[in-house]
Amino acid sequence: MDGFWSVLGNAFGLVLAGDADLLEIIGLSLRVTLSAVCIACLIGFPIGAFAGAFKFPGRLGLSVLLNALMGLPPVVVGLIVYLMLSARGPLGPFALLYTPTAMIIAQTIIVAPIVAALTKQVVEDLHREYAEQFASLGVGPIDRVSALLWDARFSLLTVALAGFGRAVAEVGAVIIVGGNIDHVTRVMTTAIALETSKGNLELALALGIVLLAIAVVVNALVMTFRASAARWAYA
Amino acid sequence: MIKAGVLLVLVLLAAGFPVSADDRFILVQSTTSTQNSGLFDHLLPRFEAKTGIEVRVVAVGTGQAIRNAARGDGDVLLVHAKPAEEAFVADGHGLYRADVMYNDFVIVGPPSDPAKILGMSDAVGALERIAEAKAIFAARGDDSGTNKAELRLWRSTGLDPREVSGTWYRETGSGMGATLNIGVTMGAYVMTDRATWISFGNKQDHLILVEDDPELFNQYGIIPVNPAKHPNVKVELAQEFVDWLLSDEGQRAIGDFKVDGQQLFFPNAKQ
Amino acid sequence: MRDMSGYAQTSDALMSTEELCFDADSARLIDRLSLTIAEGRRLVILGANGAGKSLTLRLLHGLISPSKGEVRWRGRPLDAAARRDQALVFQRPVLLRRSVRGNLRFALNTRRLGRAERREREEEALSQAQLVHLADRPARLLSGGEQQRLALARALACRPRLLLLDEPTASLDPAATLAVEQMILNANDTGVSVVMVTHDAGQARRVGHEIAFMHAGGVVEQGTPDAVLENPQSGPAAAWRAGRLFIEPNAAPNE
Repeated sequence: MDGFWSVLGNAFGLVLAGDADLLEIIGLSLRVTLSAVCIACLIGFPIGAFAGAFKFPGRLGLSVLLNALMGLPPVVVGLIVYLMLSARGPLGPFALLYTPTAMIIAQTIIVAPIVAALTKQVVEDLHREYAEQFASLGVGPIDRVSALLWDARFSLLTVALAGFGRAVAEVGAVIIVGGNIDHVTRVMTTAIALETSKGNLELALALGIVLLAIAVVVNALVMTFRASAARWAYA
Repeated sequence: MIKAGVLLVLVLLAAGFPVSADDRFILVQSTTSTQNSGLFDHLLPRFEAKTGIEVRVVAVGTGQAIRNAARGDGDVLLVHAKPAEEAFVADGHGLYRADVMYNDFVIVGPPSDPAKILGMSDAVGALERIAEAKAIFAARGDDSGTNKAELRLWRSTGLDPREVSGTWYRETGSGMGATLNIGVTMGAYVMTDRATWISFGNKQDHLILVEDDPELFNQYGIIPVNPAKHPNVKVELAQEFVDWLLSDEGQRAIGDFKVDGQQLFFPNAKQ
Repeated sequence: MRDMSGYAQTSDALMSTEELCFDADSARLIDRLSLTIAEGRRLVILGANGAGKSLTLRLLHGLISPSKGEVRWRGRPLDAAARRDQALVFQRPVLLRRSVRGNLRFALNTRRLGRAERREREEEALSQAQLVHLADRPARLLSGGEQQRLALARALACRPRLLLLDEPTASLDPAATLAVEQMILNANDTGVSVVMVTHDAGQARRVGHEIAFMHAGGVVEQGTPDAVLENPQSGPAAAWRAGRLFIEPNAAPNE
């Protein structure tokens, strides 16, 4: 296992040395993924909450669709987004292909169904508890959804984390729509893919470990916040 | 209020990417072999320093690069599959095609060499022996330039290994690097361009067994994408890049590029 | 059976039902229920488990719709506006995951009040519930008694004309129970009518002007607490007072 530990050492050596290229890649990864997760939450929270709180025709269909979309291979999402953003595609004039924005769009499409489906679960459980009280007070649909989302806020943090995990680890879509262009759209996962294809397995592994460390840190931060805030507050 | 603040931060985050504040960049659709060998890392800073034009390289297989460029998603095409490149120009997607440089393909394999091809300089003969021995051969199978060249050689043997794909002939459907990783692990023969092989970091015991056959010649061509067909392309900037690469200065820069003391690409633009 | 017409036909009926039925899965859970709630009075509904007490409250509040018959509010069919004049408090208070004050604010925000009015009612509710010192505490970390006082104060802050209470003290200790009862009586003093479901005969006596005893989805006996509790006329009420299960006289014998 000497090899493994030296790889690990090299990886953190790179980070600690503040290797400019590596920091740029890490920075772009975080910006792309966090942006995508935030937008996915803005979309997925309300959709999930409506699906969880109300009965309407097509509700079952929506659930099935969301769950199916959760399993959508990122490569397929990448292809679809590529065809949309391509110069020949409907959104071609915006010249978004091979930009970070394209990667955010692709990751948003990947993450939003996950956020929506998990939000539906969380909100459904909470709504079972609140439904009669809401009906008794005569709370309108919009207020209902926002109250449920607010009261589920700590669970939704975990939902967002699940989305973050999926997005930050994703390579298939971002490599198609981002193009893995050095200093422009190269993120952790596409850099790992590139180094692997160059046969630089140690460097690829080192990058993988850095990625893992980032995911651990982000999760730890959010979970710590959640634990302390929720303990103080709202069992 | 808190919610509004959070929302604002999120929107700023999302909008935080300037939409090409600087439009002086071009997109080059190229192949993994040029990228993975480090050639672009060697060439582009020189060109950018001289012209101030940023070059963004999307490195995929030749087949995919051509298809991307045919959709207008690129200003310049730099690949290695001459017939396909000529078809690209003939279809009106490219302005013209020019030779840039060449290198060659080699066949690598394990030291045990089960098909006994070591030292051969007859690629077609070597492939025949591999087929005879049913020795494992890892192929790209991804419509890349290397894949096209390999299939052309197989055609000369009169065999179509794709009919037995999955037995000893294994198509990875992946890039050169991924295919080499797989081939090295399986102890398989692999046909690869020399540049990728020399700069490849995971050779283990594999070595070059067959080389120096004129059939293994690997020509790279460059094509500016036709603005008449794809109005979004930056034809002036693209032309500057193409001209520079074909100029004495660009050609010298290609020839100067070495990995481990070995020259990987040989400039051959027609002056 | 006692003559109930004296109770049912008061001229100032706030709410009434006649021959109300509710079916679920083809079982008749509420069976020809006739009930009148007089303005300003406190009615206690007693009955064994499964008699339909909680269902009755939900029907009166319009949370579920009757299969047959109709709930009338001030002589008109019950509608959303009428429900805003009622408040329902559950056995287990449903409190939002926010502060005590946040819970009050949430309820008051459904009432389209001016800012000053809302603040005033918030403070009033806090002091009614004796929760001023806990205003910024998370509601769900309060004790059971404090939680129920909050739920009750929240209901009253909406200024209902009728307070519906579903065993509000069933899981509280005696002191907490008395505090809740006191809030109910205070509210009634200001003119709020009360319908309370309970299992506790002592509480029925303390709170009720009158008692309706339910069995098998209908009211089998109604009268003053003394009359119903001391001298029950109906079989089910008598059995309940004696601490027995009531077996229908015409029920098929066990095989």
